[in-house]
Order: sequence, then C-alpha cells, then structure tokens
Amino acid sequence: MSNDNEEGEAYAPEGEALAKKSTAPIRPITMPKWGLAMEEGLLARWAVEEGAEIAAGQEIMDIETTKIANVFESPVSGVLRKRVVKEGETVPVGALLGVVAEPGTDQAEVDRFVGAFLESFTPAETGESAPVPETIDAGGRRIRRLKAGSGGTPVLMIHGFGADHTTWMFNQAELSADREVHAIDLPGHGGSEKSVGIGTVEALAEAVLAYMDAAGLESAHLVGHSLGGAIAVEIAATAPDRATALTLIAPAGFGAEIAQDFIDGFIGESRARKLRPVLEMLVADPGIVTADMVEEVLKFKRLDGALSALQAIAAANFAAGAQKTSVREKLAGLSAPVHVVWGEGDRVLPARHAEGLPASVKVSKVADAGHIPHMEKAAEVNAVIKAID
Amino acid sequence: MSKKSYRQAIFEALRDEMRRDPRVVIMGEDIAGGLGAPGEDDAWGGPLGVTKGLMSEFGRDRVLDTPISESAFIGAAAGAAATGLRPVAELMFVDFMGVCFDQIFNQAAKFRYMFGGKAVTPLVVRTMYGAGFRAASQHSQCLYPLFTHIPGLKVALPSNPYEAKGLLTQAIRDDDPVVVFEHKAMYDTEGEVPDEPYAIAFGEANVTREGDDATIVAFGRMVNFANEAADNLKKRGVSCTVVDPRTTSPLDRETILETVEETGRLVVVDEAHPRCGMAADIAGLVAENAFGALKAPIKLVTAPHAPVPFSPALEDIYIPSVAKIEAAVTAIVDYGAKEAAE
Repeated sequence: MSNDNEEGEAYAPEGEALAKKSTAPIRPITMPKWGLAMEEGLLARWAVEEGAEIAAGQEIMDIETTKIANVFESPVSGVLRKRVVKEGETVPVGALLGVVAEPGTDQAEVDRFVGAFLESFTPAETGESAPVPETIDAGGRRIRRLKAGSGGTPVLMIHGFGADHTTWMFNQAELSADREVHAIDLPGHGGSEKSVGIGTVEALAEAVLAYMDAAGLESAHLVGHSLGGAIAVEIAATAPDRATALTLIAPAGFGAEIAQDFIDGFIGESRARKLRPVLEMLVADPGIVTADMVEEVLKFKRLDGALSALQAIAAANFAAGAQKTSVREKLAGLSAPVHVVWGEGDRVLPARHAEGLPASVKVSKVADAGHIPHMEKAAEVNAVIKAID
Repeated sequence: MSKKSYRQAIFEALRDEMRRDPRVVIMGEDIAGGLGAPGEDDAWGGPLGVTKGLMSEFGRDRVLDTPISESAFIGAAAGAAATGLRPVAELMFVDFMGVCFDQIFNQAAKFRYMFGGKAVTPLVVRTMYGAGFRAASQHSQCLYPLFTHIPGLKVALPSNPYEAKGLLTQAIRDDDPVVVFEHKAMYDTEGEVPDEPYAIAFGEANVTREGDDATIVAFGRMVNFANEAADNLKKRGVSCTVVDPRTTSPLDRETILETVEETGRLVVVDEAHPRCGMAADIAGLVAENAFGALKAPIKLVTAPHAPVPFSPALEDIYIPSVAKIEAAVTAIVDYGAKEAAE
C-alpha cells in the first residue's frame, strides 16, 4: 500500500531531521497517514523479521485503521534493524514503527536513533490543519467536496457508483503534496444533494461541469473511477477544453457486462452482515473490508433520498447485468491523453474491457487488485496519475 | 458530517421531522419553558436543554408545555396519535412512568390490536434513564425491560449521537408507539453526526467490534463500555464481537445468534437490574437457540438487584464497569483452558 518518504517528513519532522543529521544511513519507518482523517493505526502483523533485508515497495506489515485494513509497503531499502512497535499496538500517525539501516551500522547507533526519535516525537494534534470537506453551491445543487493542496495542474477526482470522495483516501493526500486536488461527492452521493434527476452519465457529467464552474476550475486532470470514469470521458468529449488529461480507473461504459449482483446487493442489503460480502466483491483481498467500511456505506444509504438516488442511477445506467451507456467509441476522438488502469481481478467490471482500445490510450493492468485498485494498490495508481502531468 | 453532542443529535431529529411533517408536535414539562410567566419565552428547553430553540421556530401550537401531570399529557399524546398527529412526548425521567402505565400499556400499545389493525398510533415517548447522575433511586432507573415486555410497543436505546438522531427519526416516522430511552449521562458525549436527516431501521443490530473469542451484547450507554472493554482485551490477545441491538423491541435475534455461533461465548451487559431484564432475556434466547455453539457458560454483567444508591461511592460501583466486562470475558475465555488443563 501507498506511502513514501514525504509522509514521514510531514508527520515526523523530528525523526526525519535526525535521520538527516546521522552520519550513517538510518531510516525510520513511521505510521503512514492513510486518508486525511486518519489519526492512528494498529500494527496488526509484521511480515518481516528483525535482521531481514527489505526492499522499497516490499510488503512489510499489515496496518489496520478504523476505516480500512491494508498491507504497508516499505518506503525504504536496507536491513530492518529494529521493530519498535509490537504487533497489536496502536500508535499515532508519524510514530516510529521500525528502523532500517545498512548492515554495517553499529547497533548502539541504531538504539541511539530510536531513543532520540521517541524522545522528540509528538503526535500531530487531532484534526490539526487537515483540510475538511465543505459543501458548495454548484449551479443550484449542493455538492460536497474535499479540496487539498495547491499549484500544479489541478486534479478532479470523480468516484464511482455508491461511493464518495473518501474513496480517494490513499490518493488525495499524496497527490495534493504538490498540486491542487478536488475530490467531489457526485449528486445523490455522500454529502451532496440527493436529487439526481435522470441520473444518466450525461446528466452527471453536466453536474460535474457545474461543479467545475462553481469551483473556478477552468480545466483539470480528471481522475474517474468506475461510473466516474464514464463521466470523465463524457466531460472530455463534450467539453474538451475542460479536461487536460484523463486517468480512468476500471471505468464504466467500456463494455457491456457488469456484475448486477453487486449493484442489486449494494442497493438492497440493509444489514451489515449481508452487505459485507457484496462489498467484498470490490476487492481481491476480502480482508481489506472492515466493519467500519460496511457501516460507512450503511450510514450513507440511511440518508434521506440516498436509496432512491442509487436506484435512479442504477436504473439509468445498468439493467440485467448490462451497462446501458457506452463511452468507448468516444475515446478515439479525445484530444486529452488517456490512461486506463484496471485491476486484473476486477469482479464488478471485467478487466477485459480494457482490451481493444485506441492506440492512443495507455493501459495499465494492476495485479492482485479488484475493482478499487486505487485503494488496494494505491502506490501503483498514484504513480500513474503523477506520471501524466 | 461534523461532531455533535447527543443532545444536538436529538434536537436535529426533532427539528428536521417537525420541518418535514406538520403533524409532528412535541409536548412535555417545560420543553419550551416560561409559559405564563414574565420574562424569556423558550427559556429552558426541558431539564437538559434538548428542545431549546424549537418553540421559537415552530411556535406554541407545536411545542406544548404541559402541566406537571404525566398521566394527563401521555394520555393526551396517545389520543392525539390515534387521531392523526405524530406527537413526541418528553417524559422527563422514566422513573415517573408509573403514573401513566395505563395510557401506554393498555391504550397506546393496544390500539392497533383492538381495532383490527385499522388504527395506527404514531406516538413517541422520549425519556431519560440511567444511573451516574447522583440523582438517587427515583431518578436513575433503567426501566426499558418493562416496556420491552409489552407487545405493541417498540423500544429504542441509542448508544451514541449518531444512533440518537437516526433512531429518534425512525421513531417519529414509525406508525407504532415507540419509547426512546436517552441515557442522562450521555447528552454531552460527542460523535460524528450527518447534517442531513436519516433514519436507522429498527430491529437491525449494529456490530461495533468484530472478534473471534466472545460476543458481548450491550444496551444503550453500556455499548460504549463494551467497546472500551473489547479494545482493552484486544491488546491482551482476546478479540470480541460487540453487538448493539439498538432496539430491544423489535430485537435482532438473528445477529445475536449468528455472532454467538461464531464466537461460542456470550457476555451480556445491561445497566438494568438482573431479574426479568434484557440480560436474562438474551441469555435465554441464546441458551434456547444456540446452546450447541456455547463453549462456556453465559456471563451477565448487570447492576445488582437493588435500588440505585444515592451515595456517590456506592453508585459508582453499582453501575457495570469496563473492568467488570473485561473480567467476565476473561473468565469465560479461560473457562475451556482451565477445564483442559485439569
């Protein structure tokens, strides 16, 4: 899962400063910040022993937050000299989890590093300066968005059916380090107004364009997931000057098939224990789905108007296992660069929908990922998004 | 979504439903305050300020300060519900309910049944319960088992601000009489509560923790104690499922039984007295339907069979504690191990 050195710098400035002062290359591994609201995490399992050689990107531990459980990839290479936090312990974001150093580094120096880090570490205060979602009026409709970062080519992230801006929890924080990133809740979703009108891809694209107008976004790199992918294509086709680039993650509208079980179950199941297996269809590793994640979906569905919004969008876009809207044929005519990302194990929209696309469209398949690779393999997806601009 | 208190969550449910449906009226003792007296209108908002501000928005026609006669205004609310309004009556302390049992037990609960299903009684009674407030034995009881016992009544026990707004909203929209129990020690507790209206369906338990070693079923305020106990136990390698049934009537038997079948052990936590209470009820349910899954005896963590003491020291040990819940779980998790060792 995603993390990198910047996160350590942002949330453990003292430790990072120590690492730089040290003559020997000793590097801290710290609790990552997955999503802007994360304050602490549970180290559920170490996957490597002390003394083991680890590579950057290697899965070294499992971390659980109240929102999600996931594997954590090492941000650095070297020998894991010390596990500072034990399995089962919960520590704040930025806390020292372990230390990596070159094999020749003196143990006393490693211990000194750990001691100094622990002494100087202070967890970030609750809610400190983290951007918070806000609602704005977008052409007469209330839209909730989370805006973070500044500069660069702005990115507008458009989630899929039934989700909201929090689907980008592993992406937005990282991308916003050096650019402006908007993540919206589509009409009918999250904290946005629940009226969706006819609920078609075209109508939703119009609503997103209205948001761009209201937010002063002349153009943006559109990152769309699933239904949001089809919406992004629709925007680029109808208003080419508004989309500088498209990153489409398991986009809808690229083929006929869709797992109707998922759509029906998502709408129909009101009990956590029944909804859970439906949400597990989204991922390659069902362990990623936590009780809180299920409850968050239920909390959304309980909002007045949410269920009828979902029903309207489903009826407008999907029926009996088939998608009603195709945006595939619009791809060839797009001026903006397009990068399609698909999880190889996608059980909602099959990865073969990424085949036979125009040569101008780049395609990346993500191994060991299902329908939400931006959560399951965030580092890979973030790299794709960053490479575009 | 933002952090709100239990008090604010209840206020929002009342306000939003009053805005949505003109038939919703609220009534109770001093729920606005200041009636017939010089000075500020809307002075009080009930003893804990929950309804403060509603009178200024909706006026005295829909926010009714009543005389100090629970028998009268609960009866009036039941009649209003049977004849087309959707009243929400605030009965300050559940301990006072004794003087209006006939209105609730024999009238409101029976209308649908007595009139061949043709009458509906969309009555909500909001009431405060629970110990910990130094309010002595006539202001601290947990009488929800009495109401759970009566067919025709629904009983909701919101365990946090999110639950409070959603369960009260559902109560107001429900066509049957519902008694909503608000724990008096929880009004200042805070949690994430959506700004938009939402309803939580009755009879669908919330599984607040997932584990393998034991199921803890807890009610109302005790859900928070059970969560804390489960979090502490997890650090010691014992993982618990915590079930908040949300409503004692209807009761989500399915979730309770399924989780006990998975864990094989049950602790029930209830602040009410142990005899004829929810703890005994859940224990009976599991013993009858999931006996084969049990690996250890069922443990009940309840208040003792004694009135709530006025002595602060005694009141503190009277209420089930996190430590008592942890001890109960540990005892039944160790039960098999001890047997095996002998």
